[in-house]
Formats: sequence, structure tokens, C-alpha cells
Amino acid sequence: MVTYLLRRLGAGVLLLAIVTLVTFLIFYVVPRMAGQTVQQLATMYVGKAPTEEAIQATIDRLNLDQPIALQFWEFIKGIFVGATYNFGGREVVCSAPCFGYSFQNYTEVFPEIVARLPVTFSMAIGAGVIWLVGGVSVGVISAIKKGSVFDRVSMGLALAGVSLPVFFTGLLSLAFLVHSWELFDTPRYTPFFEDPVAWATALFLPWITLAFLHAAQYARQTRAGMLETMGEDYIRTARAKGLPEWKVILKHGLRPTLTPIVTIFGLDLGLVLGGAVLTETVFSLNGIGRYAVQAIISQDLPVILGVTLFGAFFVVVANLIVDLLYAWVDPRVRVAG
Amino acid sequence: MSKSSLGLAALGVSSVLLLSACGGGGGSDSGASGSFDQGTTEVVNASEEQGGTLRYAISANIESTDPGNTYYGYVWNFSRYYARTLLTYSAEPGKTTETVPDMAAEMPKVSDDGKTYTVKLRDGITFEDGSEVTSEDIKYGIARSNYGDDALPNGPRYFKELLADSDDYEGVNANPSDPLAGFDGIETPDDTTLVFHLKKAFADFPYVLVQPQTAPVPADADKGQQYQEHVVSSGPYKFEGDWSPGNGLTLVRNEEWDPDSDPVRPALPDKITVEEGVDQNEIDQRLVNGELDVDLGGTGLGPAKKGEVLTDEEAKANADNPENGSLRYVAVNTVVEPLDNEACRQAVMYAADHNSLQRAWGGAAGGEIPNDVIPPAIAGHDPKLDLYPSEGDKGDVEKAKAKLEECGQEDGFSTNLGVRSDRPTEVAAAEALQASLDRVGIKVDIKQYPSDTFTNTQAGSPDFVHENELGLNIYGWIPDWPTGYGFLSYIAHGDNIKKAGNSNISELDDEEINEMLTDAVATEDASEQERLYQEVDRRIMETGAILPIVFEKSVLYRPESLTNVRFSAGYAMYDYMPLGTTNT
Repeated sequence: MVTYLLRRLGAGVLLLAIVTLVTFLIFYVVPRMAGQTVQQLATMYVGKAPTEEAIQATIDRLNLDQPIALQFWEFIKGIFVGATYNFGGREVVCSAPCFGYSFQNYTEVFPEIVARLPVTFSMAIGAGVIWLVGGVSVGVISAIKKGSVFDRVSMGLALAGVSLPVFFTGLLSLAFLVHSWELFDTPRYTPFFEDPVAWATALFLPWITLAFLHAAQYARQTRAGMLETMGEDYIRTARAKGLPEWKVILKHGLRPTLTPIVTIFGLDLGLVLGGAVLTETVFSLNGIGRYAVQAIISQDLPVILGVTLFGAFFVVVANLIVDLLYAWVDPRVRVAG
Repeated sequence: MSKSSLGLAALGVSSVLLLSACGGGGGSDSGASGSFDQGTTEVVNASEEQGGTLRYAISANIESTDPGNTYYGYVWNFSRYYARTLLTYSAEPGKTTETVPDMAAEMPKVSDDGKTYTVKLRDGITFEDGSEVTSEDIKYGIARSNYGDDALPNGPRYFKELLADSDDYEGVNANPSDPLAGFDGIETPDDTTLVFHLKKAFADFPYVLVQPQTAPVPADADKGQQYQEHVVSSGPYKFEGDWSPGNGLTLVRNEEWDPDSDPVRPALPDKITVEEGVDQNEIDQRLVNGELDVDLGGTGLGPAKKGEVLTDEEAKANADNPENGSLRYVAVNTVVEPLDNEACRQAVMYAADHNSLQRAWGGAAGGEIPNDVIPPAIAGHDPKLDLYPSEGDKGDVEKAKAKLEECGQEDGFSTNLGVRSDRPTEVAAAEALQASLDRVGIKVDIKQYPSDTFTNTQAGSPDFVHENELGLNIYGWIPDWPTGYGFLSYIAHGDNIKKAGNSNISELDDEEINEMLTDAVATEDASEQERLYQEVDRRIMETGAILPIVFEKSVLYRPESLTNVRFSAGYAMYDYMPLGTTNT
């Protein structure tokens, strides 16, 4: 088990290192290959009245004219020991872990991501619980009542959920549930520890919107898995032993079906934690996704790089947790490890 | 990333469709509080009622809260809540382009040669910690935003261009023990007097003193660009906590502010909040529903809500449709061949169908068709000027062809047109122009660029323009101050052609224009100034370097909750200082 864990951990760290390198190359080398000069790169950081002196000062400050390997080394060094940027006589310290410094917003990237984490985390967790519990429950009932009205309606809804994008369902809910019928207040994030009720109320619509998209996939996957499992011989044996039906379904039917569900849940949750771009934008929630969108629009490269790395980190960690859960869900993994 | 971009584009389209579907002025506060366009010329919902929370929202992040590090009109307007300036624009309807004293006790005294301006400060102006604001604090604020390689990057540099005896000064960071040593363009003989020494007479200098760079900054609180986190207040409101971009801003009352020292701000609300990064359609919907008081950006309703409000009589009564002082135009480059030939440029001027350009800009509510460059609110505008007349403003194809013959391009020519891809109105105007020029054989290839880099690295970079043969670029101009010089110098004076961030995109360098602009701003005689600006206006049109599209109009919405509303032509949006709210 320990070897298995270490192996997965090592693979995760390696993956993060590769993602870091590739992302860095995309943002700092590709523009140069596409013909952008060092001056043009620097112009993006010198505001609306760029003088030649200010452009040169920016090139020096950001080492933009240095070899790319040195620039990458400086970036990696910043993550572990921090970095210092010199503005004339004034120094700006980007403390470790320094994921970059936004020269458009004049802020360190890491604290900005951390400040937005509660919003994204709250949204991901709430929506995750709803889509997992909702999707799996609907899938189980649909499988048991195959061909019933419930099955047909829920699978129809599931198809709609998969097909309809967040920018449609989200705006629909805002347009009708909030603005026209006034059933909900406009979603505005309140920290959980400040007011748990306001926290849940504000996030309810984003949760449902995000969960509607994901739950559909889980319902369909669970239904398919359950239908396959419930036809197995050991289910017949379990029933023959006289086990109550709920035990047969939950313990013997559902458990093997959960293995692929856990896999996709880990990936989905990791992706949402890395920023639910559309949901956060639609509901004007100030999470990591919207931070990324704004950075992309204003071409704030250090922020894009920082958010990408953070997103990758969440996906890797979520995968690691999934691997551990495998060992619990499927004993064969433990044995193999 | 491409998936996100596609998604966001679709998001924009969907939001327009959906949020317009639920509107119809059916919100809780849809009753009218005035009549259509009343706020352009009068005060609507006049009130002296104090209290409540005034709610602002903006679709982007606030550019910067630092008064020394901003070039957006909405920040210049808004920052006055916490950063007082030497002068400001009058809040009196009909006089909103005139300057009036703010921290200054009276209007500056000008020396006979027009090169020295003396400003006396009022008594009782303090920072939020109760310490007195001195002339040195104001001088420091100007120094940090204008001088040195590390000067704050976002704002203009008018003081550096205009002040004498300061060319060798390297900024506040060069000598930390005496940050103002060598900055001799401003004298501070005592704590309440500033004496500005100019290189040459500059009659528009009072407008420069309106800029937020004249707000006082205590040297020991300056953290460079990070000062934006907590600007030390000299106005009626101060920051509650710190600000960082995207996280919203809350202002609360500054108990140290003395109302007797401030004739400009009634300071009605108890609290002011700003929500950042709210989708524009969502902002518009909340305004109409009464869930929000002001769109901080001040550019008006988006296309979907604009159409809806203007067709609903009840909602329309809560809207104003002022000219926002902006000229939208096509910069016709004077260097890229064959447009380097004046007759070829004039062919473009004749061939353009102004009617279709106006329709692309949203029709009459989007703006008036101009025949010159200087907008109506600015002295120098000539309503009689019409150098390229045509029936129904549809362009004169015959005269265009004659001009093409004159410039040796009788079969027409090909050129490229640069436009900001994320601005649908500009793209629509580009397509309209493409169609109208095609009538005379001028083939236009539209090249789209992101708006964030357009001014600095594409249209604003002469090298890029030449390399990519961008003979035409669609651009807009709002003056830094509402005078002929403020409007024209950056887009038409040859001395202002820059390697990057160039606003004179036409690269117009006409000796006659340069000379007249320089002369006009040196004279204090208003009628002579107006005559010179009219001449410049005519000459620019003659050169064919600027093809005007519209004098743009905004549709601003004032919810029932908003009191003391009036349009400021100086800031080209509602004047934020007098506003109050009934929202508690």
C-alpha cells in the first residue's frame, strides 16, 4: 500500500513539473516564436502611456531579454524562495510560494488565488455533493425501475443536462428565477463562517446549475453500471441467500458500479476546483475561474500561468485521492499495490 | 482555452437573449422618476437626504483606485470620493465643462506671461488620520505619477510635459531621503501655496489641475503601485479595509473630513459599495430592477437593454441619451500606400456611406453623423462645415472615383482595416465601411485584434501598422479635457506620434495643424482660440486623415433609487459626487 501511494505521489509531482514547463513555454516562448518582440511583450506591462524608458525598465525588471532557461529557473526559484522585483528605488517582494506577480494589477498571484479559493471551493463542494448524490440516486432508481415513467423522465432530463451548457441553464435561472419571478436573490457570495444560511442561499443556484450539468453523466453511468451488475450471478446468489433487496442493491449492486464513478468524480471535482469558468462568470462569483477569464482577456500572463498551475495541482491531487479511494472501493487494488 | 473563449462568446450572446427576455421594465422599481433625457440638462430627483448605501457595479475590475495611476474617466470621477483634487468640473447643469475650485480656495492666479500659476489651498483639508494636507503632499502626488522610469504607468504625463525646471528630476524613488529634490517645476513657499512654473504658456492648464494626480499623497504612505490597496483619504469617504482588483471596494464615511472645507461634495450616502466583474447584461438588468444604483463604467446600457429601454415608454423616462463627448472614427493612415496620397484619402471620405455607418453604431441613439472632428460640446466645433457632402449621407461615388483618378488609382486599390474584435459595434462599422468602399473599387480586408493590445501594440504601433499595411483603423477618442487642444493634440499633432501606445494613428504630421494647435493653447483669448480650432478642424477634414463615424451618444439609466442625478460633460457620464440613494 505504501509503495502504491509513493508511486502515485511521485507520478503526481512529475506531472506537475511537466505541466509547469509546458505552460511556461506556451506563455513565454510561443509568443516569441509567433514573431512578438521582447519590446512588444514588455509593452503589455507598462500601462496606457508606454514610454521607451518604461518599456526598457520592464524588460530589465522581468528579465525578458534573458535566455528562456534562466527565466524558467527564476520562475521555479520564486515558487520555493520567493522573488523580488525592482521598481527604481522601490522593491516589491513576492513571498514564497511566488507563483508570479501581476504587473497589471500590482498584486502577487498566489495570495489572489488563495483569496478566491473559498468561493470556488464552496461552489465545487456543494455542487459536487448534489451531483454525486443526486446523479447516483437517480441512476440506481432508474436501473431498478428500468422502463418505468421515472426511468424515462429522469434519463430524458439527464440527456438535457448533458446537452445544455452552463451559460444557457445559468442565465435561464437568473433571468426567470431571480429577475422575473424573484424567487431567489441575486447570488452574492457570503463566507460560510460569517453566515452559513446566506452562504448556502447565495450558492444554491450556481450549485444546481453546475450539478445539473454533471449529475446527468453520473445518472447515466450509474444506471448502465447497475444494469450490468444486477444481471451478474453473484446478485442472484445474494438474493437466493435471502438478503433484503436494499442490501443486495446497495452492497452488492452499487459498490462495483462506484469504481468508474469515483474516477470521474475525482477528475470533475479537480477541474471545478481549478475554476468553473462559465458558472463563475454567469453568476458573477469572484472565484478562480473568473480570475482566469479576466487574466486571459487582459493577457495577464503571470496570472494565467499561476491559475493554470493551480488548476493542474487540483486535478493531480484529486486523482491521487481517487487512487486512494480505489483501494477502499476495490480491494483488488490493495492487493496489487 | 479555445473552448473557454467559445463558451464566453456564446455566453455573451445567450445573456443578451435571455436577460432581454425577462426585462420589459417589469422590475420592482420600473416607475419613472423623470422624463427621457432630463438628466442631460437638469438635476433629476433632487434631494438633500443623507444615509443609505450607494451601490455601484462594473463589468471589469477597477483600473486602479490610486488617483495617480489611472487614465479612465470613471476612476477620475469616482476617486474624488476619497481623493480631492485642486480643481474639478462644475456640477451645475449647463456648466459641467467648466472648472471650479476643489481643494483650491479660488481659481489659480495666472502671471501675465501665462507661464506661472499660483494656487492657494483652503483651510481645514485633512487626511483620514486627522493630519493636515499640505502643498508638499500635493507636489509629491504629482511627482510620483509623472517622473522617473518607474513613475506610475497608467496615467497621463501632462505635468512632465508642461512643467519647467524639472527635466533632470528622476522621480520620488531616486533619492529616498529627499524624494522631491530637483523637482523645481512646483514651488511650495508655504503649506498652503503651490506655484506651478510652465515651460511655455498653456491656457488649458486649469484642466490639468482637475486630474486626480493632483490629489495629495503622504510620502510615508506611498507604496508605489501598491498604494492602490489603501489610498489615504482626503475626501468624505475612506476605504473599509484594503482593496485588491476584482474583490470589490467599500467606502465608509471619513469622520475627519470637514464639510465646510468642501463645496463640491454633499456626501449623501453613508456607505458606497462597488462590485467588480459583473456581466454587463446583469448590471443593466439590476439597474432596471432597482437592485443597483449606478454602472460605474459610465458608458451606458449594453445593446440588448438599450433597445428594450428605448422602446418602453415607462422605462425610457428613466433614461438619458447624452452625447458623451466621444468621436468614433476611422484613422486613415497618411504613411501606408496609397493612402499617403491626400487625394486617395479624400476618395475614402467621399465613398464612405455615413448612413450605414451610423446604423452600424446603433442608429440615432448610438450617435449623430458628424461632418467634422471636434464634438459639439467643445469650442471649435463647426456645424456648418461639410467638405464631403452627399445625398442622404450615403456617400458620393462619382466624386470618390474622381479623387481615385486624381491619385492615380482609377481602378481602386486594396488596403487593410484594423478593428477591435471584441467590440461588435466597431466590427459592424468595419463591415459597413468595407461595403461602401467596395462601390468605388477600394477593397478592404478586415483584420481583427484584441482591444487590450490594440492601442499599445497594433493600431498604436506605427511599425506594426506599416508592416501589416493597416491603411484604416477604427478608433475612438474621448478628450482628456473638453477643449480643442485637449481633444485634438493627441490624435492630430505630429509631435504626438509615438512608437507604442500611439493615439495619432493616422500619423498626421501637418505643419499647418501643428502650428495652429500650438498657437491656440498659448493664447488666453477664447474667441481667438475658437477660431484657430475651427481652422484646425477644417484642415484635418481636408487632409482626409480622420473619417468621422459618429459623435457617440450613451444611454444612461437612472433607477428610482438614485437621487441628485445629472450628466457631467466633463466626465462624460453622471457626476458621481452629488449622487444619493434611497436604498437603505
